[in-house]
Amino acid sequence: MHDLKERAQKALKKKAAIGRDIDLSKYKLETPGERGGLGQICETDLLSAGIIPSGKGRSGSYIQEDHTVAHCNITQDGVEVAAIEDALARYDWLKDYWWKALEVDTDKYTAFTELQPPQGYFMRVETGKKTHFPLQACLYMEEEGVLQAVHNIVIAEEGAEMNIITGCTTASSLQSGLHLGVSEFYVKKGAKITFTMIHNWKEDVIVRPRTGVIVEEGGIFISNYVSLKQVKDLQTFPTAYLNGDNAIARFSSILVAPEGSHLDTGARVYLKGRGSRSEIISRTISSGGTIIARGHLIGDAEDIKAHLECQGLILTERGIIHAIPELEGRLSGVDMSHEAAVGKIAQEEIEYLMARGLSEEEATATIVRGFLNVEIEGLPAELKREIDRAIAESEKDLF
Amino acid sequence: MLILDGVSVEVSGREILHDISMEVKPGETHVLFGPNGTGKTTLLMTIMGFSGYNVTKGKIFYKGEEITNLPLYERARMGIGMSFQRPPTIRGLKTRQLVALCAKMKRDPEELAKRLNFTGFLDRDVNSNLSGGEIKKSELLQLMAQNPDLVLLDEPESGVDLENIALVGEVIAELLDKTIKHFDEPMIEHRKKRKKSGIIITHTGFIMRYVKADVGHVILNGRLSCASNPEEIFACVGKFGYEECVRCMI
Repeated sequence: MHDLKERAQKALKKKAAIGRDIDLSKYKLETPGERGGLGQICETDLLSAGIIPSGKGRSGSYIQEDHTVAHCNITQDGVEVAAIEDALARYDWLKDYWWKALEVDTDKYTAFTELQPPQGYFMRVETGKKTHFPLQACLYMEEEGVLQAVHNIVIAEEGAEMNIITGCTTASSLQSGLHLGVSEFYVKKGAKITFTMIHNWKEDVIVRPRTGVIVEEGGIFISNYVSLKQVKDLQTFPTAYLNGDNAIARFSSILVAPEGSHLDTGARVYLKGRGSRSEIISRTISSGGTIIARGHLIGDAEDIKAHLECQGLILTERGIIHAIPELEGRLSGVDMSHEAAVGKIAQEEIEYLMARGLSEEEATATIVRGFLNVEIEGLPAELKREIDRAIAESEKDLF
Repeated sequence: MLILDGVSVEVSGREILHDISMEVKPGETHVLFGPNGTGKTTLLMTIMGFSGYNVTKGKIFYKGEEITNLPLYERARMGIGMSFQRPPTIRGLKTRQLVALCAKMKRDPEELAKRLNFTGFLDRDVNSNLSGGEIKKSELLQLMAQNPDLVLLDEPESGVDLENIALVGEVIAELLDKTIKHFDEPMIEHRKKRKKSGIIITHTGFIMRYVKADVGHVILNGRLSCASNPEEIFACVGKFGYEECVRCMI
């Protein structure tokens, strides 16, 4: 651990490979307060990010407000949800997972997070167990100008299955803040993690998630990322390593950038296990903001199959969608493809619906709704409902 | 029901239709014949009100009101419906949802789809991965939900296999209230009350086996060359080709 701190110290000024450099000293850090109590947190803020305050219909919950653990519980055997601080104290072996899916000195954000007292959540499902209901986690920012830095670890042991909904959101009064979120996912042999993240930020919030995923033989990692509200500057580029044979990773993102938003997102997948598969899909809409949709697939084993799809719609006169799909085949037995399309809604489609009696606005809204309706194979109905709800919610801002 | 009074239409700056006049009375079904590229589809698109089809001369009246400059969706809401030859795919929008929208949520898409043996396609994206015949069924399904008073059909039978052609034909007859069956009232009374009208473009004439058309027209080089008995026109074109129509026009 000492070595990690040292490496972090050295990287404290290291700029990230992508994205605008952020001055961390402008944001406030506070000592964690008394644990427990959702008193301060507005229920509607939580609901808007897919978090159910009562925990009903969830197998476990973790809610953190700024730097304080506000709520943590579990309702199912074989499932663990804990504050990472507690988990580190409880399990000596957890250090074997600490900074193993990404490097501590990746950039100043990972380094800074390591040098803070550990915050964030730990989730684990035991060998062969499955979550009956999704687990939920919420990282909530309340104090104006706050810097929230968390380090989460999620482990699905062999043959385990877990569904997670995470909602990151802010108090309605908060305008500015910085969220640094380090997440490490470990999908063991034959296990499956479905991770659905709904981001619900504010005009002046800056977000720098750093994510690493390791998938073993036959393991499946499915990530669904939804960000539909304004956010000043978000840059994330999760990386998955499909180390085992026949491992699978799927990243789907649904992004809307209103004016004043800058979203630089995507995923990178190393397909190292024979027969491993990956898919990166993004549906992006600019209603005045900027979206950079990245995707980088690296085929490094026989019989791998990988596909990348970036579809972008620009709804307003001004708005930028920049798709950067990259395919990197490193040997001959790979099957990799991509398709990318950016543009406005086809007039032909609008008029087709108008011929059925829909006004131009109704036709446009119907097409946009369809566009955002990404079909995610194997997505539990409950998570799908949360995504649909978030989309329906954001529609009133779009038109 | 529909009157075109000396209508000329320009597409991309080129006049495609010249001085078209025709009247479709309530309850009448008209058939448009003509070689490829003579302006048949342009005529339907113009009646429906699509952008890019500019009426440069003349007027269009529907149910007694001038609709020449009315937006597309207003015409649809007034009861004009159209089936398209090559409709666009709309990703993510399910056929079921579109049919429900067409029916203004008043009719069950499942029930309507049963009539066309199309229930298995309701959860597909609109016009995605459909064969030619399936597209025609999907279009008809939307029209059934819309229940328009003036039905514009652009080659409704093309691409439909022999097994389905009767079904498609019967559904079109139902849309136009032209089903031959025993009504409570005498046929003549029923015919007098019939309000549904239609314009059908056909090359093969197959559709005329199922839908008894009242008037036939031939369009040649953007001009209406004749309005007469549809069966007679079809037989004549079958025998002599459209050259005979050219002779009629001179």
